[in-house]
Amino acid sequence: MTAAAHEAQSPHQDLHESTGVENRKLAMWAFLSSEFLFFGALITNYLLYVGREFASGPKPSEIYDIPFTSVSSFVLLMSSLTMVLAHNALSRGDQGATRTWLLATAMLGSVFLAGQVFEFTEFITLENMTLATNPSASAFYVLTGFHGTHVAIGVIMLLSLFGLSKRMGGLTNRQFLNLELVGLYWHFVDIIWIVIFTVVYLLTAVPGAS
Amino acid sequence: MTTAAEKATTIFRRPRAETGFWSWLTTVDHKKIGILYGYTAFIFFVIGGAEALLLRIHLASAESNVLSAADYNGLFTTHGLTMIFLVVMPMSAAFMNYLLPLMIGARDVAFPRLNALSYWIFLFGGIFLYSGLLFSAVAPPLGVVPGIPGNLDPSDARSFGALPDGGWFMYQPNAAQEFSPSLAIDFAALGLQILGVASLISAVNFIVTFFNLRAKGMRLLRVPVFIWMTVVVAFLLLFSLPIIAIALFMVTFDRQFGTLFFDATAGGDPILWQHLFWLFGHPEVYILILPAMGIVSEIIPVFSRKPLFGYAAVVFAGAGIAFLGFGVWAHHMFSSGITTVAQVGFGLTTMTIAIPTGVKIFNWMGTMWLGRLQLKTPMWFAIGFLTMFTIGGLSGVTHAVVPSDWQQTDTYYIVAHFHYVLFGGAIFGLFGGLYYWFPKFSGRMMNDRLGKVHFWLWMIGFNMTFAPMHWLGLQGMIRRTWRYDPSLETWNRIVTVGAFIIAIGLLVFIFNFRTSKRRGEIAGMDPWDARTLEWSIPNPTPAFNFAEVPIVHGLDEFWHQKYTEDKTGRPIRKPEADEQVARLEDIGINPPEPVHLPNPSYFPIVMAAGLPLIAYGIIFHRSIAGKALIVLGVVIALAALIGWGSEPLEEAH
Repeated sequence: MTAAAHEAQSPHQDLHESTGVENRKLAMWAFLSSEFLFFGALITNYLLYVGREFASGPKPSEIYDIPFTSVSSFVLLMSSLTMVLAHNALSRGDQGATRTWLLATAMLGSVFLAGQVFEFTEFITLENMTLATNPSASAFYVLTGFHGTHVAIGVIMLLSLFGLSKRMGGLTNRQFLNLELVGLYWHFVDIIWIVIFTVVYLLTAVPGAS
Repeated sequence: MTTAAEKATTIFRRPRAETGFWSWLTTVDHKKIGILYGYTAFIFFVIGGAEALLLRIHLASAESNVLSAADYNGLFTTHGLTMIFLVVMPMSAAFMNYLLPLMIGARDVAFPRLNALSYWIFLFGGIFLYSGLLFSAVAPPLGVVPGIPGNLDPSDARSFGALPDGGWFMYQPNAAQEFSPSLAIDFAALGLQILGVASLISAVNFIVTFFNLRAKGMRLLRVPVFIWMTVVVAFLLLFSLPIIAIALFMVTFDRQFGTLFFDATAGGDPILWQHLFWLFGHPEVYILILPAMGIVSEIIPVFSRKPLFGYAAVVFAGAGIAFLGFGVWAHHMFSSGITTVAQVGFGLTTMTIAIPTGVKIFNWMGTMWLGRLQLKTPMWFAIGFLTMFTIGGLSGVTHAVVPSDWQQTDTYYIVAHFHYVLFGGAIFGLFGGLYYWFPKFSGRMMNDRLGKVHFWLWMIGFNMTFAPMHWLGLQGMIRRTWRYDPSLETWNRIVTVGAFIIAIGLLVFIFNFRTSKRRGEIAGMDPWDARTLEWSIPNPTPAFNFAEVPIVHGLDEFWHQKYTEDKTGRPIRKPEADEQVARLEDIGINPPEPVHLPNPSYFPIVMAAGLPLIAYGIIFHRSIAGKALIVLGVVIALAALIGWGSEPLEEAH
C-alpha cells in the first residue's frame, strides 16, 4: 500500500471540507494570492524609477531587445499550453503522454530561463548595465531575477513529477492533485510574466533606443 | 504495511516519543505547538521587558551614562522588534494554534507538519535576530560619519554587539551601509525575513483550516469571534508580508549586493522605503491588536452572563478594520514631505478606522450592560483592555489630524499612544486570555486573588509609565534619543518607577503561574460555565480533542446545550445540563473508539534549521564560509523537503 493511500484514509483527512476544495489546493490559492502582492511590489518599484533620469546609464528601458524577449515570452506562454496538456493526459489516465508533456513544459521553462541568462549577460557585458548602475537597473534585475527564480523552482517541481512518474511507472490519484498544484503555480508564474512583459518591457521601452 | 512505512522514512527512523524532550521537538499536535509558542513568546517577553527596564534606568536622569548612545539605540530597537515580532505575534499565535481547531470542532489544523514548521522557523528567526549579540567585534557603532554634526562619537562604547539599532522601522538612508556600517541592520532585515516566512506559512494553514475543517453545522456566522479574528489576521499577513519581504530584500540587496534602491545620491528614493514599510507596518498594527480583540470578545460574554451584543457587527467590524488598514499607511509619514492631497486623504481614511473600532467598543460595553458581571481575573483584564485601548484609540485619532500630528511626530506622545494600544490593548487582552484558558491546557485554575494583584499592579504601573509620556511628548521630549532636557526629569523618574511596578506585577504572574500549574485547584469540566466548544471537552484537552466530532446548531453551541431561556430572555439552566456535561467529560476521557492522530516528525525542525544558515551565509557571503553556509542551508532544507514528501502524515494502523 502506498504512502498516498494511507494519507487519504486518515480520519484527519476524512473531516469534510466545508468549501469542497481540497485542503492543499486551497492552500496553493492562498499562497498565490500572496505572491501577487510580492510581484506587485516589485513591479511598482520598477515603475517608480521609469521616468527618472540618472547620472549613470543606461536604463533597462533604453536597451531592451523587444524581438528577443517576445520570442522567449512566447516560449513561456506555450509552456502553459503543454502544462494543460499534461493535466489533460493524466486525467485521461495516459501516463506516457503525461510524462511527455511534463518534460516539454520543463524544457520550455528552461529555454525561457536560458533566454533570461542570455539577456542578463548581454546587458552586463555589452551594455555595461549591472545591479549597481542605477536604481532602475536595480529594480529591473531584482524583479526579473525573482521571476526567474520562480520559473526555476517550477522547473524543478515539474522534473520531480516527471522523475516520480518514471520511477513509479505512473502518477497516482494523490499525485494527480500534486500535478494540479504544480500547474496552478506554473500558470501563475506565466500570468505574472505577461504583466511584466507588457508593463515593464513593452510600455516602458524607449522606441529605437537599442 | 509496516515495511512500506519504514521504507518511506529512510532518512530518519520515525520519532516515537509521546512525552519528554523529543516529543516536543517532533510534535505536530497543534496544542503542543501552541504551548511552545506561548512559552517562547513569554521568554522573549521577559527579555524585551528587561531591555525596557534598562532603557528606563538610563532615562531616569537626563544626563545619564548608564548606557552608551550606541547601546541605547540597540536596546530600544531590539525592544521594539522583540515585543512586536517575538512577543505579541507569537503569543497571539499560541492562542490561535491551541484554540482554532478546538473552537471550530476539529481534531487538528489542516497541515499539522507545516504548523510545526512555522513554529521552528519562528524560534530560529528569533534566535538569529538576537545572535547579533555575538558579533560586536565586527560591528562598529552606528552612524559613525566623522564631521557630520549630530552623529555619534566614533569612540562610543558598544557592549551589545550587532543588535539591530536603526529603529524597528529601519528608515533609509539611516539604515543604509553608509550610515550604519555594522551588521546590525543585516541581522534585523534577515531576521524579520525569516520570521515572515513563519507567519506566512501559519497564515495559509489557518485560512485553510478555517474554511475547510469547521465541524458540521458551524456556518461562517456561527464561528466564535476569536476564530474570526484569527482568520482576518491570517489574511492581513497574507497580503502584507510579501510587501515587507520585498522591502527587506531591497535593504539586504542595497547593503550586500550594491543595488541603489534607497541611495539618493544615485537617484534612489528613500521615501519608497517608508511607503513599502508602512504599507506592511500599518496592517501589522491590526495583526497585533485583532487577536486580543477576539480574546476579549470571548471573555466578556462569559463573565457578563450574556451573549455577545451584536455578534455579526463585531465580526464585520474586525474585517472592516483589516480592510481599511491597507488604506491608511501614509499617516505614519505626514512629516516626510508627501503632498497636501495625500495628507488630507490619509488623514480622512485614518479617521474612518475609528468607526468599526467604535462599533466594537460599544458592543463590548453593550454586552456588559445589565449583565451579571463576575469580576474574575480574566474579566478584569478584559475591562483593562477595554479602557486602556480606548484611551490609546482616542490619542490615535489625534494623529489623524495632520497639523496636530506634525506636532506629535517623533515625540513621546507617539510612544504613549502605541503603548496604550499595544500594552494596554494587546498585552492586557493576551494575559486575560492566559488566565481564561489556563485551565484548558493545564487542567487547573490560576489563583484568582494573585491574578487580581497582578492586574492592579499592572493597571497602576502601566498608567504611571505611559500616561506621563503624553505630556512629556507634548512638551517636546523627542523619542529615540538617549539625552533629554533636564527640566523633564521629574516625570521621567515617575515613568521609571512605573516600569518597575509593571515588572513586579510580572513576577507575581510568574509565581502564580508556577504554583497554580503544580498545585492549583483542579478545574474539572467547564470551570467558567462558558459558551464555546473548547469547553465541551475535558481539561486538560485530550490528545485527540474531540472523541465525537460535534454537530453545531447555532452560535454559542455549548451554551445552548446547557441553557434555555424564559419569556423575558433570561437564561435558565436546563435540568439535564449537568448530566450532559458529565457525559461529555466521560466520553472525552474514555473515547468510545480509538482516534488516530498524525505522527510526530523530525522534518519540520530540520527544514527550519536551513533558513538561519542561509541568512548567516548572506551576511558573510563575501567569504568562503558564507558561501558554504548558503549551500549547506539549501541542502538541509531540500533534504528535509524530500524526507517530508516521502513520509506519510500518519503511519499505517
